[in-house]
Amino acid sequence: MDKKISVKVCLGTTCFVMGSSNLQELIEMVPKKYGDRVEVSGVPCLGLCSIDWEFSKAPYVKVDDDVIKEATVEKVLKAIDEKLK
Amino acid sequence: MAMNTSTPKETSHLKREILVRLIKAYLSDNFEENTRLIPYAMRPKNSDVPNYRCCIFKERAILRDRAIAGLGFSIEDTDDSVLLSELANKAEKREVPDEHPLTVLTTACKGCVPSRIYVTDLCQGCVARPCVNTCKFGAISIQNGKSVIDPEKCKNCGMCVQVCPYQAIQKIIVPCESACPVGAIAKDENGHAKIDFDKCISCGKCASACPFGAVHEKSQIIDVLKNIKAGKKTIAMVAPAMFGQLPCKPQQLKEAILKLGFADVYEVAQGADVTTKTEAAEFEERLMKGAEFMTTSCCAGYNELVDKHIPEMKPFRSDTKTPMYYTAEIVKRENPDAVTVFFSPCVAKKREALQNPNVDYVLNYEEIGAWMIALGVQVAECDESEFKTQASAEGRNYCVTGGVAKAVQTLLPEEIPAHPVIIDGLTKQTVRDLKKYAKNGMCELGNLIEVMACTGGCLGGNSTVNAFKPALKQVTNYVNESKSIKEQID
Repeated sequence: MDKKISVKVCLGTTCFVMGSSNLQELIEMVPKKYGDRVEVSGVPCLGLCSIDWEFSKAPYVKVDDDVIKEATVEKVLKAIDEKLK
Repeated sequence: MAMNTSTPKETSHLKREILVRLIKAYLSDNFEENTRLIPYAMRPKNSDVPNYRCCIFKERAILRDRAIAGLGFSIEDTDDSVLLSELANKAEKREVPDEHPLTVLTTACKGCVPSRIYVTDLCQGCVARPCVNTCKFGAISIQNGKSVIDPEKCKNCGMCVQVCPYQAIQKIIVPCESACPVGAIAKDENGHAKIDFDKCISCGKCASACPFGAVHEKSQIIDVLKNIKAGKKTIAMVAPAMFGQLPCKPQQLKEAILKLGFADVYEVAQGADVTTKTEAAEFEERLMKGAEFMTTSCCAGYNELVDKHIPEMKPFRSDTKTPMYYTAEIVKRENPDAVTVFFSPCVAKKREALQNPNVDYVLNYEEIGAWMIALGVQVAECDESEFKTQASAEGRNYCVTGGVAKAVQTLLPEEIPAHPVIIDGLTKQTVRDLKKYAKNGMCELGNLIEVMACTGGCLGGNSTVNAFKPALKQVTNYVNESKSIKEQID
């Protein structure tokens, strides 16, 4: 069986305030849509916002090892679909 | 139901980014110069221009205007020639915040067409012509086989929209005008939105509704930072909705706020408990005297609505003060030398604070969030710190629609039956309903009317950070681990 895709929604303070608060719906939505092919979770600060003070590109989401900047629900779902192709 | 999700996310992102940069600038060694550079730091030379803007120069000019609101000034009243550095200097010297907390960035709002009824290309020029026949004002005629509306005669009643069998006639709305429950914002002769402050009740619905993010709150963040920098004992008064905003425990939130430089943190739910006790006693007394109904009085937007638009409601509105009022009274009594800052989910509390000498400043949750980003405070990693005074479950639930009426009901004796009526958000329709109750001197639906300007209660406030559902879950967990107000009485 293929390896599960892992989706990590950063819930550090910066990402949360800059918009990952609105990505929490992914945590319910993704299992409904993809079943057990995708594993999704809210995680503590991934540390991406402190690199070069990149807070303005938050919120960050990691789909496997790919980093999505200024993540939206649509962007994350698209990235998952690409992986599943 | 679109609660806070009606706030376009991209515009919130921009507003918050500017706040973070302003706070960083203030905490740097050159506040004025670093403030002037904000538009250039956000859109450096040769960077991509967002596809909604014509060029980088306009984009920077608009970011400059947004920063003006962040500095706490009116965008409309600031001349284009004034540098952000000069305004930063002026903000630092300011003693009292501006009277009206909202300001409109007119250059960003030009995109909207005026609100009107419009016949689209889908018009089939049918034989029945229900639009022509329905129009009471004779505003529709058939030209070249299609319906045409005469704007001079059209009264925007929308009857033709309803009867067209092809759904070919549409009402074009201006989001801010449509969202305003009291008709206080409208386009002026130049097509720019303008707020009529004689009518405005500061509910902030226009700010949430505008897809261009053109309506801004004038921030008091620099004023608060200045007091903390000067070593003043600054105390945070945190409204119940705040406990649903960030991904941490309430006790961690207290610790995170202390890290910002506050000397102490009080829960406004503590003041809510005073409101509940006072209001329950008042309701009982009014009913004994034969009153038909009473409305709550904790929502600042509703209070301004009554004062400005429904004066006939005044005798029915509770005389009990708001949770912010009682909390500020307690804080100033215990700390006469303190500077008090109310942490608010909405813009309306800024107006209420101006009338209350015990509340020095108001910050909203976006501003607090931006401040935590600027200082790198990880709320989820903070230690836990207990509140000195424990508020009740009912007080902590004030931010949820229905929570105030429920709290009052908890303390009523059995022989005084309360039948709550919940006004969950002010709209043009609910304002009409309230006017009717006031005029008739009665409400057929019940006797205890709770009014919340925002849908969902304070958790749906215009300056909240968290989405409604997860915020509600977090607040509810906190409420469930708290003791009932009844235990304070017994």
